[in-house]
Amino acid sequence: MAEALLRVEDLRVEFPTEDGVVHAVDGITYQVAPGKTLGIVGESGSGKTVSSLTTLGLTRRQGARIAGKILFEGRDLVALPESELRAIRGNEIAMIFQDPLSALHPLYKVGRQLVEALQAHKEISNSKARARAVELLGLVGIPDPGRRVDEYPHEFSGGMRQRAMIAMALANDPKLLIADEPTTALDVTVQAQILALMERLQRELGMAIIIITHDLGVVAEMADDIAVMYAGRIVETASAQSVFSGPQHPYTWGLLKSIPRLENDRSEELVPIPGTPPSLIRPPSGCHFHPRCAYAQPDHARIDPNLEQVPGEPTHFVACLLSPEERKRLWSELAAGRVPEQALAAGSGEGGV
Amino acid sequence: MAEPTTQPPPEGGLGGVPVDRAPGEPLVEVTDLVKHFPITRGVFLQRSVGAVKAVDGVSFDVRRGETLGIVGETGCGKSTTARLVMRLLESTAGELTFDGQDITKIKGARLKAIRRDMQMIFQDPYSSLNPRKTIGSIIGEPFAIHGLLTEKGERRKAVQELMETVGLNPEHYNRYPHEFSGGQRQRIGVARALALKPKLLIADEPVSALDVSIQAQVLNLLRDLQRKFGLTLIFIAHDLSVVRHMCDRVAVMYLGRIVEIGSGDALYSFPRHPYTGALLSAVPVADPNRHGGQRRLLTGDVPSPANPPKACRFHTRCPKAQDLCSVEDPPLEQKGTGTLAACHFPLSREEVVQMGLAAPPEPPAAG
Repeated sequence: MAEALLRVEDLRVEFPTEDGVVHAVDGITYQVAPGKTLGIVGESGSGKTVSSLTTLGLTRRQGARIAGKILFEGRDLVALPESELRAIRGNEIAMIFQDPLSALHPLYKVGRQLVEALQAHKEISNSKARARAVELLGLVGIPDPGRRVDEYPHEFSGGMRQRAMIAMALANDPKLLIADEPTTALDVTVQAQILALMERLQRELGMAIIIITHDLGVVAEMADDIAVMYAGRIVETASAQSVFSGPQHPYTWGLLKSIPRLENDRSEELVPIPGTPPSLIRPPSGCHFHPRCAYAQPDHARIDPNLEQVPGEPTHFVACLLSPEERKRLWSELAAGRVPEQALAAGSGEGGV
Repeated sequence: MAEPTTQPPPEGGLGGVPVDRAPGEPLVEVTDLVKHFPITRGVFLQRSVGAVKAVDGVSFDVRRGETLGIVGETGCGKSTTARLVMRLLESTAGELTFDGQDITKIKGARLKAIRRDMQMIFQDPYSSLNPRKTIGSIIGEPFAIHGLLTEKGERRKAVQELMETVGLNPEHYNRYPHEFSGGQRQRIGVARALALKPKLLIADEPVSALDVSIQAQVLNLLRDLQRKFGLTLIFIAHDLSVVRHMCDRVAVMYLGRIVEIGSGDALYSFPRHPYTGALLSAVPVADPNRHGGQRRLLTGDVPSPANPPKACRFHTRCPKAQDLCSVEDPPLEQKGTGTLAACHFPLSREEVVQMGLAAPPEPPAAG
């Protein structure tokens, strides 16, 4: 693999609260190569957003306890003082958020906000910055950018606001773009436009992208590599190809089998993951997924699995206590549309607290 | 139950029934339903300066025991349609028949009686449950409103049975909504909706606020309940795959109109309206190898429903639009043997294959 642009090593982020310490990110390691796309998949509370916010130093103010390393081109962002981090944030690493309306300032014109993003990092005159702002709006496909630059966010539609956010993120030619659920608030046709835009810009500008989402369809389209997060940990990571063709973790199976798909037969039953995501204050013992896992054995509540390489696949890692043969057998049944007996037994007891 | 007002259902086929009507005995009949919300200016003299045409001439049937899906993007009028059918909003024009009765204008006691037979499940399981009430009283409230099961023990027993039915622990009768997760709250909403054994259940985006793993639990629950109680369901969602999974028939809405309606199988395998095609081709496929087909990206945004385009409302964004489309409004009519679509130039089999929405025909397929 090429030299990593971003390498996160054993990152831990904890938030002390009145109820106890929230272990939001519990020792995760991943990397992104220049120009590549990493998809981080997980549900709410899996730690996917916190890990990215921490990359930009945005959890520091909230009293987070951070351990581990975030190496960006060799510099450790965790150890960097705020002033130096500020030179990287919005400049070399940019981020776009789920809700473009709350991420844009409602009282400033879109153009002015773009100019601000430019002038925060570069000595650039007002007129030049404005010209660049118009150019950026054009680049992200906003029609009539010369006029739109003087409009307020409320005059933009949802899709156009997200385009404006992307324009702002691109203002300083970042090497890494972190997109946190960038299309979740958008309609499907607009989502398709935004995803196509991100792919085009990545080709043209050669930046790396981390896309955080709960939507497996979106990662399948966008990502080169995928990391699946559950309860603050990465439970499986591999190339997008391997995750979809030979997923190894029961949680990944659960995600894949619990979404209805257009190409599947209607009569095919969804196999939900029983129960609900765990508390991050008192995460389950052993394998964090064992209370919801249909295939858990008694000792899985004791033993904490490490992320280990899948035999025969050098870039595929999984944190699961089942044997590789067992996993292979179970997935082949699931993939064929059958529900293994264990899953049937576990699925009927859903809905417990 | 009222006597059926229509002929016995012609089995399976479309022969004999009017083109925009589903075969079988309808529970709900909607005819030319219109809802315009006035746009007003001025503080005291609220002058009407225009109208948001949220629903603008919608007709469809819901057959007993079937699930009708309504899909469309934000602002297409799908939720307004549901609220009109529920009589939570007054329609501007059009007719609404429920269980053989004209309910377009009924009021007071008659409306209350009808409301027993139609119930709704809402999108947000957090704001649709009163945080100060126990689960028992939330699920039991429909009984209280309609003065049923007034003996205390009786009501409690009924509520606990309902909790059991939707997969909640009946011992949690005295708990409050905040003690439950999103998926469980949605189960509470379902139990409340089922309390009066309604004939019609309307689910407005029932799973969009839930995590993926929880979505499937709620979808399976709704499917099971429907099979068990023979419920008639109107299922509203923006997620096309969820609608495909849940619904027998599907209506696609765009700017206050139904642009295509038909059986789920026909609509998903051979969409005729270019908007349906664009929606389907925009859905990301959870398989990195299936990039197949040319994705047809729509350009621009949905026009404002306050000032919708003339004639065919989709013509401003339609890849197939011709001069005729901006002049003449296409009627919703039968296209071939498949769906009903409102389009002058419906998609051909080749185009659908090109967009990667259907497998290329091996032998020359019928239709």
